[in-house]
Amino acid sequence: MIKIKDLTAEIDGKQILNGLNLEIGAGEVHAIMGPNGAGKSTLSYILSGREEYEVTGGSIEMNGENILEMSPEERAAAGVFLAFQYPVEIPGVQMSTFLKTALNSVRKARGEEELDALALLKLMKQKQKQIGVSDEMLKRAVNVGFSGGEKKRNEVLQMMMLEPKFAVLDETDSGLDIDALKVVSEGVNALRAEDRSFLVITHYQRLLDYIKPDVVHVLAKGKIVKTGGPELALDLEKNGYAQFEEKAA
Amino acid sequence: MSDISNARIEQQTIDQVNALDTYSAGFVTDIESDKAPKGLSEDIVRFISAKKNEPEWLLEYRLKAYRHWLKMPEPSWAKVDFPEIDYQDYYYYAAPKSSENAPETLDDVDPKLLETYEKLGIPLREQEILAGVKNPVAVDVVFDSVSVATTFKKKLKEKGVIFCSISDAIKDYPELVKKYMGSVVPYHDNKHACLNAAVFTDGSFVYIPEGVRCPMELSTYFRINEMNTGQFERTLIIADKGAYVSYLEGCTAPMRDENQLHAAVVELITHDDAEIKYSTVQNWYPGDENGKGGIYNFVTKRGLCEGKNSKISWTQVETGSAITWKYPSCILKGDGSQGEFYSVAITNNHQQADTGTKMVHIGKNTKSRIIAKGISAGHSDSTYRGQVKVLAGADNARNFTQCDSLLIGGTCGAHTVPYIDAKNPTATLEHEATTSKISDDQLFYCRQRGIGEEEALALIVNGFCREVMQNLPMEFAVEAQKLIGISLEGSVG
Ligand SMILES: Nc1ncnc2c1ncn2[C@@H]1O[C@H](COP(=O)(O)OP(=O)(O)OP(=O)(O)O)[C@@H](O)[C@H]1O
Ligand SMILES: [Mg+2]
Repeated sequence: MIKIKDLTAEIDGKQILNGLNLEIGAGEVHAIMGPNGAGKSTLSYILSGREEYEVTGGSIEMNGENILEMSPEERAAAGVFLAFQYPVEIPGVQMSTFLKTALNSVRKARGEEELDALALLKLMKQKQKQIGVSDEMLKRAVNVGFSGGEKKRNEVLQMMMLEPKFAVLDETDSGLDIDALKVVSEGVNALRAEDRSFLVITHYQRLLDYIKPDVVHVLAKGKIVKTGGPELALDLEKNGYAQFEEKAA
Repeated sequence: MSDISNARIEQQTIDQVNALDTYSAGFVTDIESDKAPKGLSEDIVRFISAKKNEPEWLLEYRLKAYRHWLKMPEPSWAKVDFPEIDYQDYYYYAAPKSSENAPETLDDVDPKLLETYEKLGIPLREQEILAGVKNPVAVDVVFDSVSVATTFKKKLKEKGVIFCSISDAIKDYPELVKKYMGSVVPYHDNKHACLNAAVFTDGSFVYIPEGVRCPMELSTYFRINEMNTGQFERTLIIADKGAYVSYLEGCTAPMRDENQLHAAVVELITHDDAEIKYSTVQNWYPGDENGKGGIYNFVTKRGLCEGKNSKISWTQVETGSAITWKYPSCILKGDGSQGEFYSVAITNNHQQADTGTKMVHIGKNTKSRIIAKGISAGHSDSTYRGQVKVLAGADNARNFTQCDSLLIGGTCGAHTVPYIDAKNPTATLEHEATTSKISDDQLFYCRQRGIGEEEALALIVNGFCREVMQNLPMEFAVEAQKLIGISLEGSVG
């Protein structure tokens, strides 16, 4: 599904990724953990095509196709989704308008028929109920005045609407209370499917109790320094990242 | 222009005017020649007045204005830059040979423009308007210098509402026109308004009688079609005691390499407890990517809240024109009267806009509210210029002003020039201003969700303008939203 090979990347002349290798099979859930500033969000931005980051070497393939050549919106249409670590506020743009525009843009790019207002509303109602987002929130401007937890829920709602093939969740658990964590995890689990892969970035083993990963990676100083099963997360919780810091250096 | 052609035109004018005098009865057939000779002179003013079969008092008014205009300086305080206008290089009267073939001249329009209109849904709309059946909005269509159609006249008449071209009003309701025309914007107000008073050709007239709520939206659709033609329309709207009307104005013009002149005058009058809501979506041709061509939009719009507790609200979405010079204003004379100004001004490429408002508080307990959103892209320049004036007698006057500028890219400019002049210590004036850049984070967030770059920009800009867009009547809001997207095309990436 996703194949990242020897990826190096920089921003403003500063090298962040140093030969990162990662493969995620169809239907798999991988978790990435790692110290602050290791390059986790950088990886998520590069996967989704943020132009400020310059890829200086290596490749990223999705289902055999080189996605580095694609614009962010083309990637979205191809099924790449990023739940942002810091969701962005867009004043004056109603959540419902935003969702409608996004979904229909993606559908159009995929050669599917655009949904009319009624069909959209129905779909939205169904998904928002699942994730516990109120009608009132959909009337508000995108992320404006949302609490930290509401923002994260909203990211998952968008994911559920867009039904991506490959979703990157960048610290979606941060800022969620226990109940929200459960609801959000259920939302993610409901989307798990044979042809859909996830990359879950987190600092807390706790999330992985709800979203059971197939593989756990440690990312430090711009590369994957260790890969293991779910038990690796428990080990990290106990022993921290110090053991990897020298290795990566 | 060479002396020879000048001389020829003068001769033409003289011949035409002479012909008019000689064959005043044969006037109707004369309409076949559908343009006045190029240039501006007293004879041209007489020509226009004669063409329109006007009463003597109006010709006198025009001539007075023309003579005054000759002596007036060009307004120079606006932050716009353009070569001196050669007033002799324009036609001041152009009429389609008959109203039926007017829309057909769309065939002559540059295909690139038609494409734009197609995206806007305007060609269809225009036909609907001209057919006058489907559209629930009553429409007056002004094509170059003349009104070619006014719909729903009868239905409105039943309610006592008068909605017709200003030419018809001069014939049919001379008392009303005489009483109000020039009462809010005197002919000597400024050079552009003065020119308009001398050579205005058509426009709309609305009168809502006492206690009547106009049963439908009224609208005028202006179009400059002829080359080198100036459009000088004049609109006069009167809401008598307790009356209400919502009026919309839309404008388009074909792409021409020459700069076309548009100098309109709009006067609004509200009596006690009356309200006028005036909305504009201005989409005159802005010129090409390099700043060639486009409309000079020099407009004087002013409303007089004559009666107590009356209200005038201006909403404008300005996306077109090479140069916009426009300050829809309110004179709050009646005690407790209210003025509002909601504006979106978008400039791209080499467009220049200097727009804003003037709120003059005269009566007690008068209130005004100004929300201005300026968006600049490309090499364009946009200025908000506003004045809030509180006269000594305006106890407890209140104003709230908010000006927000949004910059797209690094080669455009945005300026805010607020003047405040308060002569009454009980006045409360609030002013807020922000300038921001379109954020890469916002654009990327949208694009990550599959929304293309230009659509993302349009979405964000529409969000930025939401407070203003909400004030537009529904049918216009959708069109205006699309227009915002179109006018910003090519400004990102
Ligand atoms: N625009 C930028 N200019 C310079 N350095 C940057 C820029 N963006 C990110 N960085 C740096 O790149 C490094 C990696 O950042 P990144 O956000 O990918 O870390 P992270 O692993 O997601 O950290 P966290 O766990 O705190 O979210 C950091 O040192 C950060 O300061
Ligand atoms: Mg991060």
